[in-house]
Amino acid sequence: MIELDNVSYGHNGTALFSQLSLTLAPGSFQFLTGPSGAGKTTLLRLCYADLRAQKGKTRLFGQDASTLDRDGVAMSRRRIGVVHQDCQFIDHLSVAENIALPLTVAGRVSEAAGNLKELLSWVGLGPQSGRLPPELSGGERQRAALARAVIMSPDVIIADEPTGNVDWEMSQRLLSLLVELNRMGKTVLIATHDLNIIRSLKSDVDARVLRLKDGQLTTAGSVL
Amino acid sequence: MKGLLDLIVGDPQADRVVPPTGVTARLTIFVSAVMAFLAIIALALSLSTGRVADRWAEELAQAATLRLPADPEQADAQLAKALEILETTPGVASTRALTNEEQQALLEPWFGTDLPLDTLPIPQLVEIIADEPAYDPEGLQARLTAEIPGVVLDDHATWRDPLLAAAGRVRLIGWAVILLIGASVAAMITLAAHASLAANAQVVRVLRLVGARDVYIARAFVRRYTLRAGLGAIAGVVLALIVLQILPDGGGFFAEVGFDGAGWIWPLMIPLLAAIVAFFATRAAAIARLREQT
Ligand SMILES: Nc1ncnc2c1ncn2[C@@H]1O[C@H](COP(=O)(O)OP(=O)(O)OP(=O)(O)O)[C@@H](O)[C@H]1O
Ligand SMILES: [Mg+2]
Repeated sequence: MIELDNVSYGHNGTALFSQLSLTLAPGSFQFLTGPSGAGKTTLLRLCYADLRAQKGKTRLFGQDASTLDRDGVAMSRRRIGVVHQDCQFIDHLSVAENIALPLTVAGRVSEAAGNLKELLSWVGLGPQSGRLPPELSGGERQRAALARAVIMSPDVIIADEPTGNVDWEMSQRLLSLLVELNRMGKTVLIATHDLNIIRSLKSDVDARVLRLKDGQLTTAGSVL
Repeated sequence: MKGLLDLIVGDPQADRVVPPTGVTARLTIFVSAVMAFLAIIALALSLSTGRVADRWAEELAQAATLRLPADPEQADAQLAKALEILETTPGVASTRALTNEEQQALLEPWFGTDLPLDTLPIPQLVEIIADEPAYDPEGLQARLTAEIPGVVLDDHATWRDPLLAAAGRVRLIGWAVILLIGASVAAMITLAAHASLAANAQVVRVLRLVGARDVYIARAFVRRYTLRAGLGAIAGVVLALIVLQILPDGGGFFAEVGFDGAGWIWPLMIPLLAAIVAFFATRAAAIARLREQT
């Protein structure tokens, strides 16, 4: 689905990682951990072509990201649902409109109605659906971001700290949604530094745990 | 055509993704209205100047003046001879010898009212109205000179040519003004669109992140500015037409200022042109802006 092949990236000239490779196989489930500032968010942004690899190749759905034109990038993003660490909403649109945005921009507004209600109640935002994003709590924003990420039923779901601001019960509920989607065949990548979350899901899903530290990506199953 | 219809009808959902911006919107409408107003006034002036010049030139072209030598002894004989020649010339519709009073009136601005015409040798003038097709002025002059030495046929070409040249220049200035107004509308819309895109950078970023294509994002902005420019221009045109209607009739000249016949296409075209200019200016600005982002 998504493949990073010997990729190097650094912000403002200081290399964050080099020659890093990662393959997200169809239907796979992986966690990305690592200390704060290790470059998890940067790595995820490479995966949805928000950043371009400075060296090496990024392949999205078999296509070299460097050869994609701007419409090509837009089309790829419709197949990747992203929960951004900083959420990224349009502040003058209601929560419901923000969640439906991927369908709106894809010209598939008519599909929104049914999905939207179900999703809103799943993430517990039914009563807040008419509010504006700046009026939401941090946890409510994360739930709305998750709902927006999955509304298109994308092939790949990338979530950057999706449970950082919610209580344990809600985080279990949100993650179970991702596990459910993974069972339906979706590819999932979650960045988190909360190892408890990874442990709690161990029995439910066959997940790979990757650790990013000092520019190195290692499989870290044994750490747990 | 379908694209244009889509643009005007719009997608209300897509439209809402860009927040309404009060002050840019009002300024765009205002500037567009002012520009359309100026364009209409400039057009009305240049079109009517051209029209008046054309009519004068046409009147001058139809009428010619024959001047007989100022020779009191042979005046009557020469006049009779001249009229006879003119009558037998094909292409001459009518001829008329000016009376003493008329000749005196012509001289009045120069010599005053108490000119003793009968004691002065004044050349007799004959007005010639050309037929369709007109006579050949050079042939007529030659025939007249053969019979009456010193006779002068003035077909007014010396008046007409500079008049036509001046009218042509006024028209040219009119078009130049329209072009300049169009260019400033384009510049103003480009500035406004850039400001609007910058103010909505977060909106644009989110739209890109959720998979919006550039055309989708650009359209939300293009639609707004096209409509604003078009509506502003309509207001400006209406205002200009009202002003032209109530313009004081300055000795007949302003009565001419306005549109007639095919000229009425312009008041209809100006809003359309403003919208077209806004469409392309906003689209270029949006595409340039979006290219800078991932
Ligand atoms: N846009 C940027 N410009 C410059 N430096 C940046 C930018 N984004 C991130 N960085 C730097 O790159 C490094 C990695 O950042 P990144 O956000 O990828 O870390 P992270 O692993 O996601 O951290 P966290 O767990 O705190 O979210 C940090 O040192 C950060 O300061
Ligand atoms: Mg991060």
